[in-house]
Amino acid sequence: MTFLQFLITGLSLGSVYAIIALGYTMVYGIAKMLNFAHGDIIMVGAYIAYFAMGKYNLPSFVAVMASVLVCTLLGVVVERLAYKPLRKVSSLSVLITAIGVSYFLQNGAQLLWSSAPKMFTSIIPADTIKLFDGQLTVTYLSIFTIVVTLLIMVGLTLFVTRSKIGKAMRACAEDKDTARLMGINVDTTISITFAIGSGLAAVAAALYASAYQSISPTLGSMPGIKAFTAAVLGGIGSMPGAFLGGLLLGVIETLVKGYLTTQLSDAFVFGILIIILLVKPSGLLGKRYVEKV
Amino acid sequence: MAKVTELLKNRFFSGKKVNRTVSYLLVIFGYVLMIILMKAGMLTSHFTSLLVPLTSYIVIAIALNLTVGFSGELSLGHAGFMGVGAFSAVIISGLLLPYVPNTTLRLIIAMLGAALVSSLFGAIIGIPVLKLEGDYLAIVTLAFNQIIKTIINSIYLGYDNNGIQISFVKNKLNLGEGAVTILKGPIGANGIKRISTFTAGFILILITLLVVYNLIYSRKGRDIMACRDNRIAAESVGINVTNIKLEAFVISAALAGCAGALYGLNYSTLTPAKFDYNLSIMILVYVVLGGLGNIAGTIISTVILYILPEQLRFLQDYRMIIYAVVLIGIMLLTNNSWFKVQYYKISKRIRKKMREKKGAAA
Amino acid sequence: MTKMVTYPSGAIVPERDLGYTPVLEALHLGIDFGGLTAVDDFNLIVGKTEIAGLIGPNGAGKTTVFNLLTKVYQPTRGTILLDGQDTSKMTTVDANRAGIARTFQNIRLFNNLSVEDNVKVAMGKSYSYSTLGGIIRSPRYYRQEEEAHERALELLRIFDMQNLAETAAGNLPYGAQRRLEIIRALASRPKLLLLDEPAAGMNPVETQELMDNIIKIRDEFKIAVMLIEHDMKLVMGICEGIAVLNYGRIIAKGTPEQIKSNPEVIEAYLGKNREG
Repeated sequence: MTFLQFLITGLSLGSVYAIIALGYTMVYGIAKMLNFAHGDIIMVGAYIAYFAMGKYNLPSFVAVMASVLVCTLLGVVVERLAYKPLRKVSSLSVLITAIGVSYFLQNGAQLLWSSAPKMFTSIIPADTIKLFDGQLTVTYLSIFTIVVTLLIMVGLTLFVTRSKIGKAMRACAEDKDTARLMGINVDTTISITFAIGSGLAAVAAALYASAYQSISPTLGSMPGIKAFTAAVLGGIGSMPGAFLGGLLLGVIETLVKGYLTTQLSDAFVFGILIIILLVKPSGLLGKRYVEKV
Repeated sequence: MAKVTELLKNRFFSGKKVNRTVSYLLVIFGYVLMIILMKAGMLTSHFTSLLVPLTSYIVIAIALNLTVGFSGELSLGHAGFMGVGAFSAVIISGLLLPYVPNTTLRLIIAMLGAALVSSLFGAIIGIPVLKLEGDYLAIVTLAFNQIIKTIINSIYLGYDNNGIQISFVKNKLNLGEGAVTILKGPIGANGIKRISTFTAGFILILITLLVVYNLIYSRKGRDIMACRDNRIAAESVGINVTNIKLEAFVISAALAGCAGALYGLNYSTLTPAKFDYNLSIMILVYVVLGGLGNIAGTIISTVILYILPEQLRFLQDYRMIIYAVVLIGIMLLTNNSWFKVQYYKISKRIRKKMREKKGAAA
Repeated sequence: MTKMVTYPSGAIVPERDLGYTPVLEALHLGIDFGGLTAVDDFNLIVGKTEIAGLIGPNGAGKTTVFNLLTKVYQPTRGTILLDGQDTSKMTTVDANRAGIARTFQNIRLFNNLSVEDNVKVAMGKSYSYSTLGGIIRSPRYYRQEEEAHERALELLRIFDMQNLAETAAGNLPYGAQRRLEIIRALASRPKLLLLDEPAAGMNPVETQELMDNIIKIRDEFKIAVMLIEHDMKLVMGICEGIAVLNYGRIIAKGTPEQIKSNPEVIEAYLGKNREG
């Protein structure tokens, strides 16, 4: 029974990772950049939801939608100002710029909202369901998180495979120059990708903050890194990979914490990433790029 | 006289040797200047306290440039090697304290030990990691960085009259008479005897420069850069790419370990959390802004980017925001095609003028 | 014209190479990619100092054969003997050390290294000083670096490139890059030199020069050369034995005269005459 308990907690945590990882992987797939500022978008999202609920007393759904809106805008603005001018230069320059954006958002948040942690009220009533004579306790939040993630995954898959924009995104991910020759507006497509990724980050932010009930300007860095790991684990650039990687990471982390050790859980999580990459160098569902001689 | 100038020019300022000469001159000049200012009492104690960490960062930045710039592998985990070096040195120095009272000798032994341990870690990590490519390699180095940090976080180590005791995860040390605890898990080490000096840092930089430049201008250096430029072609002419990359990685890790030893033995307390991926990224920023494969540039950018925010403390909370904006600004400007064209035009004009001058003189 | 003689197996080599171990013996070589057979039943023998040609229409599998010979791909079937030595367990690196060197169809130079350094990189067999020896600058370092410098310049003289020694390889004009690739391959002291479209993008004068130089290289270094080329003037002009590949199989082997008049070859290149 404890195992089932851990499994559900793990799936719920993994779902949050999966949502963030989806954003990561989409942006990576199309812009081929490690967006180090992605985690900080989550942080901004959490603060927006916090203020919308706390200060303006908006209902949690509206608050999350406001947060999604702000993050979407933020993502697009960051992309246009900081990343777009660097599209044709070395990926290291873009990486450093992303680090700059990350510093900017973190320190900006510290300046605006102080570095002291704030209490975050869960967006979902803190009720639980008890099963098997109370041996298994499942929070509404866990169920809600898992369901939301499934919906997002299904919706996103349909969007990317069926819609015109989704097809444009896949074309750009494959080959930007050819996509442009086929009449696809590459700049717009990349902006939309950043918008979606950042919007997803806002959803993840609300769920993550609800689970931990405390937010601070450095909140984004750990889930950011974990989701990044999840995306790589699943095969960076692959959406089902990001989903799978996120869930796996969440479950492994929770199981290690539950059964083995809290202190070393990070070592286990990252250790598993390394082992998997050694066996499958491009992640669980990633495509291997082979250079033609 | 003309012969001497000619000889000097060939030996120190011809082609690729300019960068090396500039690096050595920069370091020596900087050291002498700081010593003079220090003796004259013109440095604040805050500024003086920045000098040892600065030398340490210069060493690890050069080491990272060997990996990222010359070997072409993006490592986001060099702070891990620095941490391994720092804590190895703290342990070695702590254990040797009763036996080796001479601080210089103890520092040297601790640093050599740190280099050995971190190069061992470099090899253990490098063998699997260097099989991966590009961003996969980056994330795995970052993962190793976090693993190393987590592991150091859980070590408890001390000694008493009966010998050394060590335990993991939980503090199970049961020390008797003459007890000294060196590592205390997440708290790290405190009561470290501070034996690093600015001069030691200066000498370490010189050694680092010697190692890296001599490596780069030898057959192995050419092999390292060849593997970076074209892996398949390198294999086709008989270079074992994995081995070459591993050698570069291990040397880089050893130097990072030395930097860590210098850093660790400069503070009386040291926490493992210091050496997480944020530090790796900070050093990567120094390297990229200084120029990949440009060691003189690395030294300059490390000095500026480390000292500047420290000197901007009066700006308080705005300090890091400004740093972030400057960082983004530099990347956008240096990669801006208009600026690149202007730079090219100006440098072309200068070269032309210099040629004309030469022509007139002859 | 070189006199070609036939082995009992049907393979032909120049008469002067009789009695020496052939530098290359490829036997029933084949490779599949997924379900697709790219090369099949490839049999070829190259004499010790032969200049051999491998021709065929685009997509016939010529470069794949080179990739098999240099062990970039591991063959699915068959054997490769390099100077009598079985290469089945070798990697690309081992194959080079065993005596095979190549150039690439899409030029692969070490672009950020100087021309001289590009050549020196390939001279791995000639150094014995260690990494540490390089760092502490042992006497051996100085001696071998001096030797390497001399030898690199000597090799560059073949194509009259010694004055470009300091230039970054990436900044060379196209033709010079192709020539540098040949020099780099030679620097690794091969027994068999594989050239993948060496004359691509060259004008007739440059091609003529290249032909003279290939013969010069063969005569001076006493090695075999095998080349892939679409320029028939070059192939027919210098190759002693030619193999024609189509759809991954050898459809004809022989001297230039035999190949020129082979109906199957003509068909592969020009297609079937519908009326005829």
